[in-house]
Amino acid sequence: MAEGIRDKVVILGMGCTKFGERWDKSGGDLLVDALTEALEDAGIEKKDLQAAWLGVHIDEINIGKGGTYASNAMHLPFIPVTRLDNFCASGTEAFRGAAYGVASGAYDIALAIGVEKLKDTGYGGLPDSPAFGQEMVMVGPNATAPGMFAQLATAYAAKHKIPMERVKEAMTHVSWKSHQNGAKNPRAHLRKAVSKEQIAGAPMVAYPLGLFDCCGVSDGAAAAVVCTPEVFKKLKPNEPMVKVKALQIAVSSGEEAAYDRWDGASILTTRAASKRAYEEAGIKDPRKEISMMEVHDCFSITELCTMEDLWISPDGGAPDDILNGFFDLDGQIPCQPDGGLKCFGHPIGASGIRMIFEMYNQLLGRWPEDRAVKNPKFGLTHNLGGVPNNNVCSIAIFGVD
Amino acid sequence: MVGITSFGGYVPRYRLNRMIVFGSMGWLNPVIITNARGEKAVANFDEDAITMAVAAGMDCLRGIDRSGIDAVYFASTTAPYRERQNANIVAGALGAGEQIRTADFSASLKAGTTALLSALEFAAANPGSRAVVCAADCRLGKMASTQEMVFGDGGGAVAVGDDDVIAEYKGCYSVSYDFVDHLRGANTKYDRMWEERWIRDLGYQSFIPEAVNGLCAKYGLSPTDFDKVVYPCYYGGARKKINTMFGEDPSKVQDDMLATVGDTGTAHPLLMLAAALETAQPGQKILLVSFGSGCDAMWFEVTEAIAKMQDGRGVSRWLARRADLDNYQKYLVWRGMAPPELGLRGEVDKETRWSLVWRDRKSILGLWGGKCKACGTQQWPAKRMCVNPDCGAIDQFEPVYLADKGGTIFSYTGDMLAASLNPPAVYGTVSFNGGGRTVLDFTDCTVEDLAVGNPVDFSFRIKFYDPKRDITNYFWKAIPAVEEVK
Repeated sequence: MAEGIRDKVVILGMGCTKFGERWDKSGGDLLVDALTEALEDAGIEKKDLQAAWLGVHIDEINIGKGGTYASNAMHLPFIPVTRLDNFCASGTEAFRGAAYGVASGAYDIALAIGVEKLKDTGYGGLPDSPAFGQEMVMVGPNATAPGMFAQLATAYAAKHKIPMERVKEAMTHVSWKSHQNGAKNPRAHLRKAVSKEQIAGAPMVAYPLGLFDCCGVSDGAAAAVVCTPEVFKKLKPNEPMVKVKALQIAVSSGEEAAYDRWDGASILTTRAASKRAYEEAGIKDPRKEISMMEVHDCFSITELCTMEDLWISPDGGAPDDILNGFFDLDGQIPCQPDGGLKCFGHPIGASGIRMIFEMYNQLLGRWPEDRAVKNPKFGLTHNLGGVPNNNVCSIAIFGVD
Repeated sequence: MVGITSFGGYVPRYRLNRMIVFGSMGWLNPVIITNARGEKAVANFDEDAITMAVAAGMDCLRGIDRSGIDAVYFASTTAPYRERQNANIVAGALGAGEQIRTADFSASLKAGTTALLSALEFAAANPGSRAVVCAADCRLGKMASTQEMVFGDGGGAVAVGDDDVIAEYKGCYSVSYDFVDHLRGANTKYDRMWEERWIRDLGYQSFIPEAVNGLCAKYGLSPTDFDKVVYPCYYGGARKKINTMFGEDPSKVQDDMLATVGDTGTAHPLLMLAAALETAQPGQKILLVSFGSGCDAMWFEVTEAIAKMQDGRGVSRWLARRADLDNYQKYLVWRGMAPPELGLRGEVDKETRWSLVWRDRKSILGLWGGKCKACGTQQWPAKRMCVNPDCGAIDQFEPVYLADKGGTIFSYTGDMLAASLNPPAVYGTVSFNGGGRTVLDFTDCTVEDLAVGNPVDFSFRIKFYDPKRDITNYFWKAIPAVEEVK
């Protein structure tokens, strides 16, 4: 068994733009903002970066392919820039690239940065693109992301024999909670608390997902500078270190889409990646040991199922936990303390690093009291890209010492 | 003995009450009130002549081994392709093999019966062979035209051969004239017609008797000898007059379905024939006559084997499965007569890669999956490696035609965000009976019609249309299982 990444890499500094309708900025402008904040936080200069990993999903309509646009925009000093696309896990993949680059000994300091400029697409929701290849164009349904994720809800209710009203009630709580948290966050896109009545009564986007069950489309960028603990100690002696405890990715094998074993109500990649991540981080009982989470709440039903897929709620038990306030900001495991995708929106390439940004600052105790998680030990981030029956999941776990 | 071995029909789910058309368009042409009775069948937005021909063919071929099909003929005046054989798309969807004869019959409303004659002659010339004829039309009249009132959409299909014959083919008589009652040029979308009384009097009222009398003279029969008479003619007065040829019993004359379906063009004689065969009795003589640029008159005699095929196939269950198309504007949008705003998603350029379509033709056209010879797992699509994680065998598939297997709903949704001509776009995951699953578009239903575990059938539909290159792409969708009508 390989050793894994635990404690080999630490975060030296991070940056994150305000997410939202950034009509004022291009993808390159947002990259510069995120980089500037991250370098300042890291206390280094651009010339100290030795390599960069860039997460972008929908390349053609924002910053193009390859690494050149990003490198040009930030005027990076002829270092390697590797562009990554792994659906919604792209940001975390970029972080993993940088972390592995440092852990391998190839680099002392590396940059992970993600960006997406969705508001320039003109779409409400994600733009239509042949994300699964031309073969799927010929046979796949005329589907959108909400429609594909909505099927989790119909299958979940059927599998657990829970009335759809109860599932919908829990989904409503998920979105309500994120809006409560997001309202306190100056970097969030949506900053209004909304009532449960408003959420439950909103127009249907894809049955049973209403408007407030869906996260928004947004622009944003986020960056992380990583290094080894040794380099960190040299640069920031006596400061607490946010260490990488686990980085795991799982990608669908194809069985969910075509083989009869999958229940349609869970995400197999999340189950696989989280199991490996807990092992890598040395976590035995996540329900007791995880202090807080940022999960991929692209839709409220996704967050609901994720609570079970991360082995935190028992199967069929997520609605109870959710409605009991287990994941509220003052609950046992605050989930989406920053407001989540629900309030930040989802600039795909940036989201994973935005989540890490939240965990990093929470672990360092930098947030004001009204939105700070008390004495966090382990923070987990989770991204789910693709669709429930064919996807990529990334899990990252961080700790501070 | 060569003859009909099976039959099938298809009527699309949506019906437009003709008074709705009159209510919307009567201001422009009040005379359309004369045809404003009953309802007409309207193809769904994802249906056309090919899909309806396939639906009728699937109905006809229920329980019949596809590997025994030697020819597939397609008849329509509204075929989507002028170059690319439409019959091959139909044949592929029906699960027929590839070493077969195919042909398109077109340009005349009697193309359906002409295709049937050709199939019978094919069967007679090739003992032991089987042929399938599928006819469908989706004709358009301009807004507020007689054609708009009269035309309906639908399909009919007939299988022929010399084994298990349910209605023996006894003979035919054809007349062919360049009689231009209707016409549509190569670049025209809408039907154009000449003066109606002329069509009625010189057309129907003279050619149909000419063909019937010609047949009778040829075989020493009298028109009154027939027990069931099937012919299209949407002029009530002319129909009454022609009916007198066949004797006193009006029940002999097959209902023309004008009040329930409308005139379905090339398909109409075959659709009416399918309805007639649903209740035909052994020993009965059936007369089938088409109309359009002349007539084909055909004589069949029903055999004892008919009972085997009176199992729900035909027209009744399609007629029973109906839903109101409650507004005229929807009809206009579905038929491409009014351009709706579908948002950016409706403008996505989907280009067809023909080499890919060729490679995947079996799984796209016929929904062919595979059964793994190593572990027995049925799956779709069958690529190279078995999907069973405990197996993973490579290139070990036995092909399985899944289009007629049906399935059950595993999950579903109704999506208001997706571009659709009938929002919300309904789709979901379907488990194939016998194993395997995939995500499919649903059609002919609303979200409220669905529940996890409900049975579905598969229906060949337009997957997407590429207006830039004038390409219609087809694939299978799920529809709520069509109930049997006995």
